[in-house]
Amino acid sequence: MAQTKTEAAGLMSNKMHNKPLQLLNDWLSVRLSKEQLSWFDTQLDKISRSNSDRELHITLGMIPRKLDRADLYLTTRELTAADCLATGWHPQNWSIDIAARVAVICHLADHRPDRFNETLIDLCRNADLAESIALYSGLPLYPQNSGLDELIGEGLRTNIRSVFEAIAHHSPYPANHFDDNRWNHMVLKALFIDSRLAPIYGLDKRANPELARILCDYANERRAAGRPVTHELWRCVGPFAKGDMIDDLALAVNSDNHTEKQAALLALSAAPDSRAQTIITEHSVIANQIASGTLTWDAIQQQENTGKAA
Amino acid sequence: MMFIDPHAHMISRTTDDYEAMAASGVVAVIEPAFWVGQPRTHVGTYIDYLSAIIGFERFRAGQFGIRHYCTVGLNSKEANNASLAEAVMEILPRFALKEGVVAIGEIGYDEQTELEDKYFRLQLELAKELELPVMIHTPHRDKKRGTSRSMDVCEEHGMDPGKIIVDHNNEETVREVLDRGYWAAFSIYPSTKMGNARMVEILAGYGAERIMVDSACDWGISEPLGVAKTAKLALERGIPKDQVEMVCYKNALAAYGQSGQMHEDDWLNPTAIDQRTMYEGNSILRGGREPVVQESAVKKNANNLIIE
Repeated sequence: MAQTKTEAAGLMSNKMHNKPLQLLNDWLSVRLSKEQLSWFDTQLDKISRSNSDRELHITLGMIPRKLDRADLYLTTRELTAADCLATGWHPQNWSIDIAARVAVICHLADHRPDRFNETLIDLCRNADLAESIALYSGLPLYPQNSGLDELIGEGLRTNIRSVFEAIAHHSPYPANHFDDNRWNHMVLKALFIDSRLAPIYGLDKRANPELARILCDYANERRAAGRPVTHELWRCVGPFAKGDMIDDLALAVNSDNHTEKQAALLALSAAPDSRAQTIITEHSVIANQIASGTLTWDAIQQQENTGKAA
Repeated sequence: MMFIDPHAHMISRTTDDYEAMAASGVVAVIEPAFWVGQPRTHVGTYIDYLSAIIGFERFRAGQFGIRHYCTVGLNSKEANNASLAEAVMEILPRFALKEGVVAIGEIGYDEQTELEDKYFRLQLELAKELELPVMIHTPHRDKKRGTSRSMDVCEEHGMDPGKIIVDHNNEETVREVLDRGYWAAFSIYPSTKMGNARMVEILAGYGAERIMVDSACDWGISEPLGVAKTAKLALERGIPKDQVEMVCYKNALAAYGQSGQMHEDDWLNPTAIDQRTMYEGNSILRGGREPVVQESAVKKNANNLIIE
């Protein structure tokens, strides 16, 4: 994969302070035994001294066997550090083997910057399920360059929800790198594979009129087929809703499902169309919740999570 | 009763089969790399095939609450294409360490050619190096001699019979395989391999030690409920329950568990990351959704008992 000079220089400058690697090592060092850490250090060292990919493949393969597959259970402080390193990166679902595999890739950024993209693409091509999840989860931490675009496109085409979510959820990568077309199709695909929109970082910032139209079409297609429509999509429709879209939202407002009603009204509150305001005022209780700031998209998500737990 | 089907080519099966297997009690399957009917002519198609059985098929099984494992290897038929075989041998080590790979297999003889012999031996050495069990495919033709020869070669290479599963046994081969200390697997496969009534006779004669049954279901006329139906028939015909559990569950776990890649906890008490990513059965995170498998929706069922 060809890289421009500037990109290659960007990769090189990373070498001086590989902050992602430092952070991941910090997390691992308080969770692994001395023996495990020493194995891992030895492997990283072998990788940097080796000319072939053999040690790299062995290390990535052995990580779940030698280390652990348990969750990291990051502390609030650690999660804050993650967000400081890459705003929007929320690795609360990461496991130890994911962190270690991503650390290996970050290590490669230092030791073979010229072949970084090529190596990562090859690893993804031959990855098992857990490896795919790990390699894609690390995207916000790798040297940022356009040479990985095709790889990420391939990853998003998967029907394996967990691999899709490794790219789309809790990561600033899509919001920072995708053009509107890729962004819109990612959001739409999330709906098609029963994934969630709320964990997509930058959902409000990247909302656009084209996506609003696509989502309304999708909602009408679902309704025509007698299938339920997730309330989450209205969030991306609201800011651009006018004309027929207001009618689409009005239908959702009249839903028997309380969450759908709340979501539709919340979306209408962001709509520039004057009809939106009229509809909201007909539902005074929810309108007051919106006005007072107690009903937000985060609140809806929390409400759902609590409902699920109960 | 929980079942393991330690030989099932799920890549060739439908979702109906997954549903029926899950409903009949199958909690885990092992998918051996095999000949897909159409010969592969490029190593690239082999790579994509191996990627599919360690990736997408694992995901697909998980949607039905079934844990999916696999074996990787160069099958005996395609060992006869020397240039393909060489290239496959090069990429095998990379796939053998993937998650859920429980053995090198299915390998062995088809027509017992020199090339088959060469790549069988090379793969035994690979299994030894990577400390993995081996699944041996015994030939359809000249079976008795081919089975003996497979074991002779294993012993020449200093393999531990306790880590080798000799598959597709029948009445003629079982005695020698057990006597020589190997695991003896039986494929309950209509017309060409074992029927389950015959299998019950073997269990009555030989007991359950080191014996396991599988369906070997694939793209041919085969029976994905082979294990469940054999268990049911065996119980009906008086085989003790603990013995049925051994041949339909425990022995497969013991034999392939030696890889370190297959644990009862995988389905009884899966890790949080697995529950989120690849295994929807028993999931505490399912969040009020209806179970994926409902008995009434299953189109095939285990009451159609006899496999001829």
